[in-house]
Amino acid sequence: MVFSSILFFIAAIAAISGAIGVVMLRNPFYSVLALVCHLIALAALFMLLRAEFVAAAQVVVYAGAVMVLYVFVVAYVGGGQEYQAGSALRILGPLFALAVAVELCIAMLGTGLSGVSSHGAHYVLGFGTPKQIGRLFLTDYLFAFEVASLLLLVAAVGSVVLARRRRGLEAEEAEDHDFQRRLRQPRPAFTGTMAEAAGLRIAVREIEESGPAVMEQEPALPTTSND
Amino acid sequence: MTTTTWGWLVLLFPLIGSAVISLGFRFWGRTAGWIGTLAIALSFACAVAMLISLQSHGATHRELTSSLWNYDVSTGVDAHMAILVDPISVFMALVVSGVSTLIHLYSISYMKSDRGFARYFAYLNYFVLSMLILVLGGNFVMLIIGWAFVGAASYLLISFWYRRTTATGAGLKAFVINVVGDVGLVLGTFFLFRHTGTVGFLSNFNAIHHVFHTDSTDLVVACLLFLVGAFAKSAQVPLHTWLPDAMEGPTPVSSLIHAATMVTAGVYLIVRLHPLFEMAPTAADVGACIGCATLLIAGSIGVVVTDIKRVIAYSTMSQIGYMIMGASAGAYSAALFHLMTHAFFKALLFMAAGSIIGAMAGNQSLDRMGGFRKALPFTFICFMVGGLALSGIPPFSGWLSKDDIIGYMYHRGGGFFVLGILGEVGAFITGLYTFRMIFRAFWGEPSPEASELEHGHLAHAEVPTNPMTGEEEDTDIGFPGPEHVIAEREWPMRIAMSLLALLAVVGGLIEIPGVDSGITNFLAPAFPHSRLFAQEPSTGSAWVGLIVTPIIGLIGIAIVYRLYVARRGTSARLAERFAPLHNFLVNKWYFDELIDYAVVRPALLIGRVADSVLERIVISGGVTGGVTGVVRAGSATVRRAQTGFLRYYAAAIVLGLSALSLYFLISST
Amino acid sequence: MTIGWYLAVSAIIFSVGAGGVLTRRNPLVVLLCLELMLNAANLALVAFARMWGNEAGQIFALIIMVIAACEVTVGLGLIVAIYRRNLPIDVDELHELHG
Repeated sequence: MVFSSILFFIAAIAAISGAIGVVMLRNPFYSVLALVCHLIALAALFMLLRAEFVAAAQVVVYAGAVMVLYVFVVAYVGGGQEYQAGSALRILGPLFALAVAVELCIAMLGTGLSGVSSHGAHYVLGFGTPKQIGRLFLTDYLFAFEVASLLLLVAAVGSVVLARRRRGLEAEEAEDHDFQRRLRQPRPAFTGTMAEAAGLRIAVREIEESGPAVMEQEPALPTTSND
Repeated sequence: MTTTTWGWLVLLFPLIGSAVISLGFRFWGRTAGWIGTLAIALSFACAVAMLISLQSHGATHRELTSSLWNYDVSTGVDAHMAILVDPISVFMALVVSGVSTLIHLYSISYMKSDRGFARYFAYLNYFVLSMLILVLGGNFVMLIIGWAFVGAASYLLISFWYRRTTATGAGLKAFVINVVGDVGLVLGTFFLFRHTGTVGFLSNFNAIHHVFHTDSTDLVVACLLFLVGAFAKSAQVPLHTWLPDAMEGPTPVSSLIHAATMVTAGVYLIVRLHPLFEMAPTAADVGACIGCATLLIAGSIGVVVTDIKRVIAYSTMSQIGYMIMGASAGAYSAALFHLMTHAFFKALLFMAAGSIIGAMAGNQSLDRMGGFRKALPFTFICFMVGGLALSGIPPFSGWLSKDDIIGYMYHRGGGFFVLGILGEVGAFITGLYTFRMIFRAFWGEPSPEASELEHGHLAHAEVPTNPMTGEEEDTDIGFPGPEHVIAEREWPMRIAMSLLALLAVVGGLIEIPGVDSGITNFLAPAFPHSRLFAQEPSTGSAWVGLIVTPIIGLIGIAIVYRLYVARRGTSARLAERFAPLHNFLVNKWYFDELIDYAVVRPALLIGRVADSVLERIVISGGVTGGVTGVVRAGSATVRRAQTGFLRYYAAAIVLGLSALSLYFLISST
Repeated sequence: MTIGWYLAVSAIIFSVGAGGVLTRRNPLVVLLCLELMLNAANLALVAFARMWGNEAGQIFALIIMVIAACEVTVGLGLIVAIYRRNLPIDVDELHELHG
C-alpha cells in the first residue's frame, strides 16, 4: 500500500512537471523531451491502475512512435525563433486554465460518486490484460476497432498528400517543359487554381493600368515573403 | 336538325376555319383565303337554315336556348355555355355571316400580295367567330366572352401591318378604349346579377319585373354601365377616338369590323337588353342623347377630313349614332333595319375605297385624287350607289331605314321630337360629306394616277410609304404587299361589290311603311313584353318624313356640287373665312387632346410616381433592401468573431467549456 | 491512493495543456499541448475503468491514442507544408482564414 502510494506520488509529480515543462520551455525540442518524460510517467500511473496493456501501448505507440515523429519534424522545421508574446492571452490564458482546473476538480471530486473515494472495484484476475482487451476489441467494440483502423489509413494518406513536394527535383524540372510553360502562363488572379496554391506569387496591379489582376510568374526560386 | 343545332353549326364553321388556317399557315399559301371564305359561307348557309327552322315554330315559341355545358357547379353562378336563338340573334347572325362572306371574297384579291395572307384569314375567321358568339350568346357570360374576343380580333387586325408604328399605336388605342367598355359591361352585369341572381338573358328579363321598379337606382346604374360598354364598342362620344385611327388596318378589315359588324355590337346590346332599358328610362334617354350628339359631331368632322377612309369612318360613327339613338328610344326594328342596310352600303363604300386606294398606289388622301370617273367606272358606280344609299335618296335602302328611325323619333314626341329634328340636320350633313368625298375623288381634272390608268397602266409606287406619315417602308412581312389591286381587274372584288350594291339598292324594300313590314313582323316574337316596340308611326306621317328627308339630303348634295364641281376653289375660300371653325373641326373637336390631358397623362404620371417612389424607394429600397440590409448587418457583426487567430478560438472554446461546467456545477447544488 | 487522486492529476494535466494551447505561439508546441490534454483524458478514463472494474474505459483510452496518433500525423504534415512554403511558423501569423 505504502509502496504504491510512493510510486503514485513520484509518477504524478513527474507527469505534472513534464506537463509544465512542455508549456514553459522555450526550445520546442526540449518541449518534446518533456512530453516524453510525461508520457512515461503516465504509463507508470496506468500500471498503478492495473491497465497493463494500455501502459504498454502508451510507451510503445505514444512515446515510441508518435514522439519520434515529433522529433523528426522538430529537427526538420528547426528550433523556431523567440517570439514576442504580445496579446492579452498571455495573462488570460493561464487564468482560463486555472479556472478550468478548479472547475474540473470540483466537478470530479465534489460529486457524490461513491467510487471516487474508493480504491476501485474488486480486482478480477485478468483485468486489463491483453487477452481481455483483445477479446473486447473483437467482440463488443469491433466497430470502433474497424473505424479506428480506417481512420489510421486516412490519416496516413492525408499526411502524405499534405507534405509532399510540389516542385520536382532539378532533373524533373528540366524535363517537363510543356508543363512548366503552361504553369508559368499568366492567369487571372484569385481564381483558386492549384498553381496559385503551389506558391506562384500573385502580383496585383492597379486596375487603371491594365485591367483585372493577372498572376505573374516567379522565374527563380521562391523567396521568403514575410509581408 | 333542331334550330339550336343550326345555331351551334353557325359557330362551328368559323372556329374550324380559323383553326385549320392557323395550324397550316406555312403551307396553305393562297388556299387559305378560299378556306376562310368557305368556312364563313357555310356558316351563312347554316344561319339561313336556322332562320327557316326558326320560322317553322309558332310565333310565341321563337326564343330558343341550348346549352352545351354548365359551369354552375364550380362557380356557383349559373353560367352556361349557351346560345339563344331568337329573331334578333338570327337577324344579326345573317347580317354578320353574309357580309363577312362577301368581305372574305374581296380580301382574297385585295391581300393577295401580302406576305401575311394566311395570318390575315385566320384572324378574320376568328373575328367572325367571336362576333357570332357575341350575337348568339344566351347569357351575359357568353356576351362578355364574345365582346372580349371581338376586341382582341379588332386589335390583331388593326395592327395587322405590325411594322408600322402608326398601326400598332392605333391598335393599342382601340384596345385600351375597348377595355374601358369591357369594364362597363362586366360591372353592369354584376349590378344586375346582384339583384336577379342569374346571368341568363331570358331569366333576367323575367326576374327584373319582380326585383326592380321603374328607374330604380341599381338598374339605372347597370344600364348606364352597359351604355359605357356600348359606346366604347360602337365608337360613340366620348369613347370614339379609336375609330378613325383604326383605319390603319387593311381596307377589308375596316369594311368588316369598323363598318358592318363590330361597331354595331353596341346597338345589338341595347336591343337585346331592351327590357332593362325600358324599365330604366333615364339610362335610355342618356343613350339617345349621346347617339344624337355623336351623329352631329361625327358628321361635322367628316366634312373637313381629307383621308378617304377616315371620311367613311366618321360616316360610320354618325350612322351608328342614328342606330343608338333609335334603339335607346325604342325603335328596335328601325335600328336593326338601319343596321342591316348600313352594313350593305358601308361595306360597299369601303370596298370601293379600297379599289381607288389601289389605283392611287396606296395613297389615301383626297387632296391628291381627282377625275377617276373614266379610269374606274365600276368603282365609280359602286361609290354612287353607296353614297346615294348613305345619303338617304330614294329608292335606295338607306332612304327607308334612316327615315324609319327619324319617323319613330317624331312619333314618340317630347324630347325625342327634338332629337328627330337633329336627325334631319344629320341627314343634311351626311349628304355634305358623302358627296364631297365622291365629287373630289371622281370629278375634276384627272390626277396623274387616273391619267395613267386611263391608258391602262396601274400606278406603282417607287418607294412604298406610310399613307399617314409619309415614312418609307418596304413590302416584306408586317407591311402591305407590293401589288395594289383595283376592282376593275379582279373578279372576286367585282362579285362581292356587285352583290352588296344590289343589296344596297333593293335591301330596303322589305320594310316600306304601309306596304310591307317584313322586318318588324319577323322581329316581333322577340319583343313580347315591350311597350315601345309596338308603337309605330302611322303610315301617313311616315310618308311625310320619307319625302322631307331626301329633299334635305339633296340640298346638301347640291351645295357640295356647287362647292366642289361648279365653282372649284370655293371650299378653300370658305375654309379661310371660317378659319377657327375649320380648325376646330380639323382637330376633331379636340377630343384626342382632352382625353390625353384628362386620362392619359394622369395615368402616366401615376405610373411614373409608382415606379420611382413606390417601386424603387419603398419596395426595392425599403422592403427588399431593408431585409437584406438587416441580414448583412447582422452577419457583419457576427463575422467579427472570426478573427483567424487560432489562440482566440481556443480561448473561446475553453471559456465556453468553463462557463458550461460552472453552470452545471451550480445547478447541481 | 483512491481514485480521486488520479482524477485530480488528470484535471491538473488537462488544464496545464489548455493553458499551453492558449499561450504558446509555436504550432508544434500547441500540438504537444494538445497531446497533454488527450493524455489527461486517457488517465481519467483508465481511472474510471478501474473504479467500475469495466475495461471499456481502457478500450476507449486505446482508441483515443489511435486518434491522437492520426491527428499528430496530419498536424505535423501541415506544419511541414507550412514550412515548405516559407511561411512563418507562428499561429498568430497564420490568420488568413478569417471572416
